Amino acid sequence: MNYEFHWNIVLQKMPELLHGAFVTLHVSVLSMVLGIVIAVFLAIAKMNQVKPFNYVAITWIEIARNTPALFQIYMAYFGLGAFGIHLSPYMAVLSALVFINAGYLAETFRGGFQSIPDAQYNASKSLGMTNVQTYRYIILPQMFRRIYHPMTNQFVWAILMSSLGILVGMNELSGETQRLQSLSFRTLEFFIVTAVLYYIITKFVLLSSALISKRLFRGEI
Amino acid sequence: MGGLFTPLSWNDAGFILTGIWNTILISGVSILIGTVLGVLIGFARAESNKTVNFLLGSVLDVLRSVPLIIQLILFSTFMGVMGSPLPPFFAGTIVLSLYTMAFMGEVFRGGFESVQNSMIVAARSLGMTYWQALRYVRFPIGLRSVFPAWLGVALSVIKDSALVSVIGYMELLRTSEQLISRTQQPLEILIGVGIFYFIISYPLSMYGRRVERKNAL
Repeated sequence: MNYEFHWNIVLQKMPELLHGAFVTLHVSVLSMVLGIVIAVFLAIAKMNQVKPFNYVAITWIEIARNTPALFQIYMAYFGLGAFGIHLSPYMAVLSALVFINAGYLAETFRGGFQSIPDAQYNASKSLGMTNVQTYRYIILPQMFRRIYHPMTNQFVWAILMSSLGILVGMNELSGETQRLQSLSFRTLEFFIVTAVLYYIITKFVLLSSALISKRLFRGEI
Repeated sequence: MGGLFTPLSWNDAGFILTGIWNTILISGVSILIGTVLGVLIGFARAESNKTVNFLLGSVLDVLRSVPLIIQLILFSTFMGVMGSPLPPFFAGTIVLSLYTMAFMGEVFRGGFESVQNSMIVAARSLGMTYWQALRYVRFPIGLRSVFPAWLGVALSVIKDSALVSVIGYMELLRTSEQLISRTQQPLEILIGVGIFYFIISYPLSMYGRRVERKNAL
């Protein structure tokens, strides 16, 4: 192997890479927040048998789960152009990630909700709790504990999938790497550093999630 | 029109079919290799001691924590720099198989660990050798219980195979992208591509869910 590594150029561009990493985190956090909000509505719509909403929720969830993420991003970036909607790369990636996150999380929420037996609802009713109290103190805390880890995984997934922004010229970590390597032709060095940065980001997220869960679910099974 | 952009026509069918075939080919091969390696890794992790487990685990962890697209670019650039550039199909298959292996390894490890030790002890005390216990007890029970999870990973690999387009492999999404730049009809083409992925993925995911429900009972 007679390849000379030039790390200096990567070090010089480190601030730009870190800015890219910030955009990556930014877009994935935002996609999670919006995804969770929509997923709550989708899960409720799917569980209630009210006709039109029910169908919308099922269609959304199944399309999100059964087509590639890259397809969703192309759809947002190229496909919506047919309707005269031209999204920026950032918005295209964000809307695709929100669409998929909402679809997956809706199923997670539904599973979490249905895993709590009806008997608990009846029991808290017979103890004289109101509806709000039942949900606040009995149902939702248990549900949250069950969906916490799937949600963390979904967040990591969103971070990794935001790397597809490279294909539509977004300025997140991968896209930024692509731009910088095309200026300097040090492809290998830049992508090695980017891979390490992704690894650090995912590990950081998983570690903090584990710490938070330890604190949140202290003394519980 | 001036002939610069020509609309979609039946002549493009062959081109699209090539893309579909390539998608099926690379995902099929990667799932196959990834599953075989995953069974080995899963078994090794279920069997081995803490140190080996930790080392194996951290290598696999890297494969799961770095985006597939970065792995693909990195590997194909690396092979180029080493002086032996690989054709996109081989580079894509290698990376996708290893990526599949990392997920399959966890799936199968869970399966093997779900077989209780007392079953193995019972098999051994019936006079089975270690390999017989493995062949007739541990493998069948461990593998059957993880079928839905296996199917889930396999489906995600089919979807992730779209990313191999970045290193120049002509799979479905890349052929459609080229058609889009010629025809300027993104919506029709993309909807067609979406339907293709959907009709592969949806029935299988329904089937997986049904098996899972049946297993749970």
